[in-house]
Amino acid sequence: LATATTTTRPYAPSPLVRARRWFGAFRRRETWVAYAFLSPWLFGFIVLTSGPMIASLVLSFTDYSIISPTHNVGLQNYRDLYNDPKVANALRNVAFYTALHVPGVMLVSLGLAMLLARVGRKLGGIFRTIFYLPVMTPKVAVGVLFLFLFNGTTGLINRALALIHISGPYWTTDPHWIKPGLVIMSLWAVGTNVIIYLAALQSVPKHLYEAAAMDGAGSFRRFWDVTVPMISPALFFTFIVLTINALQTFDEVYTAFYNEGVAGGSSGGPDAARFPVIYLFQQAFGFFHLGYASAIAWMLFGVIAAVTVVQILVSRRFIYYEGNKR
Amino acid sequence: MILTGPWKRIAVVAALAALVAALAGTINARAGSKSSKAGTLNIMGFGTGDDVAQNRAAIATKALAGTTIHNPNGAFNDQQFLAAVASGSPPDLVYLDRQKVGTYAAKGAFQPLNTCIKSQKINTKQYRKAALSEVTYKGKIYGIPEFYSVRTIIVDLDVINEAKVKLADLNTANWPKLKQATKKLAKVSGGKVTRIGFDPKIDASFGFPLWAKANGATLITKDGLHAKLNSKRAIQALEYAVSLIKLQGGWNEFKSFRDSWDFFGAGNEYAKNQAGAFPIEDFYFAVLARTSPQVKIHTLPFNTRDGKVISMESGSAWAIPKGSKNAKAACTWAKVMTATSSWMDAARKRAAARKAAHDVYTPLSTGNAVADARIYKQTYSPINKYFDQGVKVVQQAKQHSFYIPASPASAEFQTAYVDAVGRVLAGQQSPKAALNQAQKEAQSAINKAK
Repeated sequence: LATATTTTRPYAPSPLVRARRWFGAFRRRETWVAYAFLSPWLFGFIVLTSGPMIASLVLSFTDYSIISPTHNVGLQNYRDLYNDPKVANALRNVAFYTALHVPGVMLVSLGLAMLLARVGRKLGGIFRTIFYLPVMTPKVAVGVLFLFLFNGTTGLINRALALIHISGPYWTTDPHWIKPGLVIMSLWAVGTNVIIYLAALQSVPKHLYEAAAMDGAGSFRRFWDVTVPMISPALFFTFIVLTINALQTFDEVYTAFYNEGVAGGSSGGPDAARFPVIYLFQQAFGFFHLGYASAIAWMLFGVIAAVTVVQILVSRRFIYYEGNKR
Repeated sequence: MILTGPWKRIAVVAALAALVAALAGTINARAGSKSSKAGTLNIMGFGTGDDVAQNRAAIATKALAGTTIHNPNGAFNDQQFLAAVASGSPPDLVYLDRQKVGTYAAKGAFQPLNTCIKSQKINTKQYRKAALSEVTYKGKIYGIPEFYSVRTIIVDLDVINEAKVKLADLNTANWPKLKQATKKLAKVSGGKVTRIGFDPKIDASFGFPLWAKANGATLITKDGLHAKLNSKRAIQALEYAVSLIKLQGGWNEFKSFRDSWDFFGAGNEYAKNQAGAFPIEDFYFAVLARTSPQVKIHTLPFNTRDGKVISMESGSAWAIPKGSKNAKAACTWAKVMTATSSWMDAARKRAAARKAAHDVYTPLSTGNAVADARIYKQTYSPINKYFDQGVKVVQQAKQHSFYIPASPASAEFQTAYVDAVGRVLAGQQSPKAALNQAQKEAQSAINKAK
């Protein structure tokens, strides 16, 4: 796919030179215009994202509860995190969920996108809309729907399984089946990824398939050696985004298991469905431990950052960008 | 000094930013001044609600003639309240679950109402003792009780007749007999539950306190500072309630079947004979009366093991946050909303409206004992023998209700025991281990909060 050439190490300017260039750019009118266009996002980022983030970092070292006097507690919140079995439980739950959810969504999305790529334009448009519609469903509704569809006695999923003589598990009550059930439910909204993969598949040059076919490559070989490398940037992008989103799962699980009144009047949620953001929410707005909740948020941020860095480092070997010398 | 080039542009951008900030500040200040203006009452957590709320709100608004009432829709939300407190503009009055009042009081977010009660001459004797005690923390009253909910056992007569079980067998005072009756009433075949015999409701927030109290256990001391979740009697109560569920197919099967009920619909579990009996809040009579008035039910009180009637109460209250800018109007509002005459007016209007619509009317259940007695006597017209008997039992249960004392960590306390029950039902822990853990969690939370 790419030819090796002699490469020379590109010139890398020093930070001082780069800083001078950056400031120097402000002499040009275009720079100001560019920043003017960027300003709404910059304002939002500084005021609504980075500001609260810095504030929460500071709060994570306090016993802040809004309604009581605040004291500096040093690293105590982080020590408590380490010793809190519910934090460990929440991290185990979300790791399990993410490990099933991310590949599950990627495989289903890719499969659907490949099917869509084969149908004509008119039909493709209809199916694209159908696949995308569930994305528009509020996550709260998805949480309630989960309880109906996955009910062990009357749910549609178990009824469908019964048709092929499989006795379905108790998805909503058995701790061993709650997370797999949630993963299956999450496959309901794969529309966004389908669209991304479809766009990537449509941009693969036809002549590559023709060349591969002429070389005697079968359909799997063409998929593995042509399609996958060519759409690898899209796969990588969704891999990162899906992982980050999965680690922050909240709405649908909270609605299904932690919202009093939904699950027949039970007011507690099962340990198996306690995810980090749910525990964070309970601590912050149920118990008013906003300092501790901030520490949980920063722990989760650290986990997400570490996972993302590992993903980027590992994925570098497998991603092919057109024009790259690889 | 004349600025040129980039410095001129920087100055222009800085000036614009300052202007935007100043404008934002002005708008914010104006918004703030609107709410702080004398003669305005900002209420949080009440909204316009149903006819009973609207009718009483109209009376309270009249009593506060000249005061602008801001009463946006939506139930009390801790997140919203904390945000308002953090911004320095707490509401003047809040309407919330009584269980939360103690926690906010302990954290200094609410003001004691002793002055309000004294200055407005509020007759605290009219309120139910349990309700008033629930909003009392360290000897000071922090809330004015409004609604009042109690739990009784509703029995499906068709189901017990079919299973040849007597009403006396469902007496919670006699645990072995109740177990036998539960077994007879439940229908479990091939691992699937098709009828629940007796649901102890142990997973509901009221379930464990009710069974524990019936077995002579108190879960928290009166001062709300010492949890007693793992006493021998509390463990025994949990063991027994869980054993009833195990008899009926086990938790997974039991709950899955229960979740499939059309609880608020015409095809509810009593209409479809899917349940023998279970304890439930009194609001459910109104649901059954409206959706399936044909059901043949009988109501039993929840009894202690020595045969005394008990019921756990819960409900809502009015509280005045610290920093309220119109505490006087807030106090008047709370007084008028919970006054006997206001309740009577709302009850009469509802009864008349329901009668005109040929709809069923069940009496209101309020935290005002005087109002309740009058409402029952003056507005209630018999529905049928099944519901009339139930309504009567509810009135009696109100006399024997207990409450969970206000604690500085009410939410953590409740979460600790509800989670413990959940772990036992899921088969993750024994009742003893689960309650030991709950005790540790609850006491640690109380110690941190007090």
